[in-house]
Amino acid sequence: MNTFDLQKPTSIEGAAALLPTSSDSRQAVLLAGGQDLLGELKDGLVEPERVVNLKGVAGLDAMNWEADGSLTLGALVTLQSLAEEPRVLEEMAVLAEAAQQVGSPQIRSVGTVGGNLNQRPRCWYYRNADSVCLKKGGTHCFAQLGENKYNAILGGGPTYIVHPSDLAPALVALGASAVLVSPRGRRTVLLSEYYLLPADDGITRETIREPDEVLASVHVPVQRQGMRSTYIKFRERGSYDWALSSVALCLWMSDGMTTGARLVLGGVAPTPWRCESSELLLVGHAVDEQTIRRVVDEALRQAEPLSDNAYKVPLTKGLVTRALQTLAS
Amino acid sequence: MRILHFQLNGDDAEVAAPDHWTLLEVVRYRAGLTGSKQGCDKGDCGACTVHVDGRSVLSCLTLAADIDGRQVTTIEGLSNVDGLDVVQDCFDGAGALQCGFCQPGMMMAARQLVTENPEATREEIKEALASNLCRCTGYTKIYQAVEEACRRQRQCTTERAGGAP
Ligand SMILES: Cc1cc2nc3c(=O)[nH]c(=O)nc-3n(C[C@@H](O)[C@@H](O)[C@H](O)COP(=O)(O)OP(=O)(O)OC[C@H]3O[C@@H](n4cnc5c(N)ncnc54)[C@H](O)[C@@H]3O)c2cc1C
Ligand code: FES
Ligand code: FES
Repeated sequence: MNTFDLQKPTSIEGAAALLPTSSDSRQAVLLAGGQDLLGELKDGLVEPERVVNLKGVAGLDAMNWEADGSLTLGALVTLQSLAEEPRVLEEMAVLAEAAQQVGSPQIRSVGTVGGNLNQRPRCWYYRNADSVCLKKGGTHCFAQLGENKYNAILGGGPTYIVHPSDLAPALVALGASAVLVSPRGRRTVLLSEYYLLPADDGITRETIREPDEVLASVHVPVQRQGMRSTYIKFRERGSYDWALSSVALCLWMSDGMTTGARLVLGGVAPTPWRCESSELLLVGHAVDEQTIRRVVDEALRQAEPLSDNAYKVPLTKGLVTRALQTLAS
Repeated sequence: MRILHFQLNGDDAEVAAPDHWTLLEVVRYRAGLTGSKQGCDKGDCGACTVHVDGRSVLSCLTLAADIDGRQVTTIEGLSNVDGLDVVQDCFDGAGALQCGFCQPGMMMAARQLVTENPEATREEIKEALASNLCRCTGYTKIYQAVEEACRRQRQCTTERAGGAP
């Protein structure tokens, strides 16, 4: 690792004040649990003069249930504590299941909510210190014509990363929002609007976060009564891994009919991929074979696989089917 | 350079390290404890697993500055005056090693599981050791060793509680 100066401010505002005002990450980067950042520092993907350690900010690891039943997660809440929180397990299974399936016990003990949502892509051309791909300011996305087994089938172009976060699809399905703090003040954004497609100015970054903004907390609103939810993740191997494809599903049913649904895919697009038109096909119908077929076909209708990742289409259809069958039974 | 104060295997430690050093580097190159292995050095292999405040972490992905004031246990601190820890003893008994490179990390990860969930099933053991790669054994004997360690831990708890044999 290159040398850097480590600073530990004691307030979020203090942390934001130490961040760069331009996208020049050579000045400073934020550190939470470091489970992603240390890899980036070691590979020289970021070479900052200053690392701003959020762990000096007291109370940022708090998980608060508000009086109205909504949930506020400080940026430093660990994945482990989220996965174990009894009310999350009971009321928001999709979020607990997503947290449980991140990495391994070691990663979950240290990795945080804020770091999970802001982790950088795993595309091997991006991670390879020697390749200067489009994402790193080069001229080409090497995945487009190269080895693209793990890359995007939806929403790709001109770069084809998939967003690696497991929490993001779950939190988008729950309608969560994030609070961002900068020297200019604070703003609240829906997580469904936090992530950027490459074509929408998301080439060298994945989110709308400005370089001097700190994600301070995530707010999960109260859900309508009767929600069932699940997160299903498919990995290439049995031990830890990022998702080849994953499905976050929240479903409301009454008398055998679906009255509401939120369906978000992970591991297949540069952002968590909300399937709103599929959700509409569910409402007012029983979750039978015919409906499932229409829903999965619609969810993948716009898929444009690259040379090596067409397998993600039937895989994802299978995962959506399994999620629907699990929740409807 | 900053001076760090922490507990290392039960003793007070004072170490000077640059800001960009990891806990693994401090343990190996300042404290001279080379049990924790520098395998991949970026989170992939688990050979560097140590405990911080009783929980397994990857020391290669932990900045040394973050352990100031905390308790660190490495494989060197697992055994005590009474001899080997139950996990070490069971790994030995099961012949759960070949080259041995993965073992320190593997045993530290296993120790956390045995403490927290001595009722662990084979599936839960696999999940608890997911971060820890072994290129030699094929894992079967490692899982058997952890199952045995869990069994002995349960027995120990029952005896202490004065329960039925
Ligand atoms: C072996 C391994 C396996 C993994 N498997 C998975 C997996 O299966 N699923 C998955 O989702 N992830 C996985 N990860 C990624 C893992 O790093 C994240 O899940 C973890 O939650 C990151 O959190 P952190 O606190 O350690 O982040 P850090 O490494 O500290 O930060 C990550 C990034 O986010 C930025 N950041 C951190 N906090 C904030 C904040 N509050 N506001 C703004 N920006 C911030 C940092 O600057 C950095 O760029 C894995 C990592 C490893 C090493
Ligand atoms: S050396 Fe830390 S995980 Fe491999
Ligand atoms: S015994 Fe050789 S790597 Fe596990």
